[in-house]
Amino acid sequence: MKRVLLMAMLALLMLSPQAWAVNPDEMLKDPALEARARVIGKDLRCLVCQNQSIDDSNAELARDLRVLVRDRILAGDSNEQVIDYVVSRYGDFVLLNPPMKKKTLLLWYGPVIILGLGVVAIFVFYRRRRHGTVDATAGAVPLSDAERAKIDKIMDGDR
Amino acid sequence: MNRLVFLLPLLVLLVIGGYLAVGLTLDPKKLPSMLEGGPVPAFNLAPLEGRDARGFSNEDLLGEVSLVNVFGSWCVACRVEHPFLMKIKENDWVPIHAIDWREPDRTAGPDWLRRFGDPYTLAGDDPRSKAAIAFGVTGAPETFVVDPQGIIRYKHVGPVTQQVWDDTLAPLIEHLRAEAANKSKGEGG
Repeated sequence: MKRVLLMAMLALLMLSPQAWAVNPDEMLKDPALEARARVIGKDLRCLVCQNQSIDDSNAELARDLRVLVRDRILAGDSNEQVIDYVVSRYGDFVLLNPPMKKKTLLLWYGPVIILGLGVVAIFVFYRRRRHGTVDATAGAVPLSDAERAKIDKIMDGDR
Repeated sequence: MNRLVFLLPLLVLLVIGGYLAVGLTLDPKKLPSMLEGGPVPAFNLAPLEGRDARGFSNEDLLGEVSLVNVFGSWCVACRVEHPFLMKIKENDWVPIHAIDWREPDRTAGPDWLRRFGDPYTLAGDDPRSKAAIAFGVTGAPETFVVDPQGIIRYKHVGPVTQQVWDDTLAPLIEHLRAEAANKSKGEGG
């Protein structure tokens, strides 16, 4: 019974929403605007703890960036304008989704290229192996008499 | 030829390994500054308590080479560089202006300066990171070299030490001063 209860409690825990660092006092009154701020904040990297978004991070700089995002939204900026402003200060690094640029082409297409190379390699490997079994006898040099005698001797010794 | 094919994966591994090894030596906290070569962002900060009532704005940076130093009383590395900033001030090498970043209250920054000494010409209070974000600051201390036209010419992350000064800041400041002198001579003649 105890175990069932424990399991139920753990299951309930899984239902709890993700914990955000966004404090109630930062939030905008208009839910639509706040939703936009969340969309923007999700994609902006916290520059202190670099693998979190500003919405996830408790760092003070992240908090100030969240406030700045909301200030700009209230001032009438579009999502793109807010993001462009932050990028103009911190560079592309601040974006958790790196943009598609000449410099990042390898980053985006690298895995596809490597996958392609792998497929080609496998294809070549099997093709060669199939042809290889046919070619093996065609290109082979027949045994000389001395070699034949040596083999016979070894085989006899086995018996 | 066929044997070489088997060496290929090893070769690829070595190349990737090489890149990763280089990656280990890089500091992910050091980001290229977006503002180098561009004008100082517009900002207007309230003065620190007990200091010059002017405060500090981007217009104060026009006219001469100066440093803008981002510090906070909470910042340990700022304590490390502080004696050297005092040395710059005592020798009158270059004016240093301060962005006092994210103080817990109005008195923390001024108290810190009273206690350890005040190397700054102008100083502004930036409790909500308004100026810090405009400057693209990620951590304190950071120091910007600003030329007489108000263009950011260099950003130094971390404490300013004698070595940083000798190797980077002093030559750059000298260069910028010479550049400005040439320009004014050109305009005069």
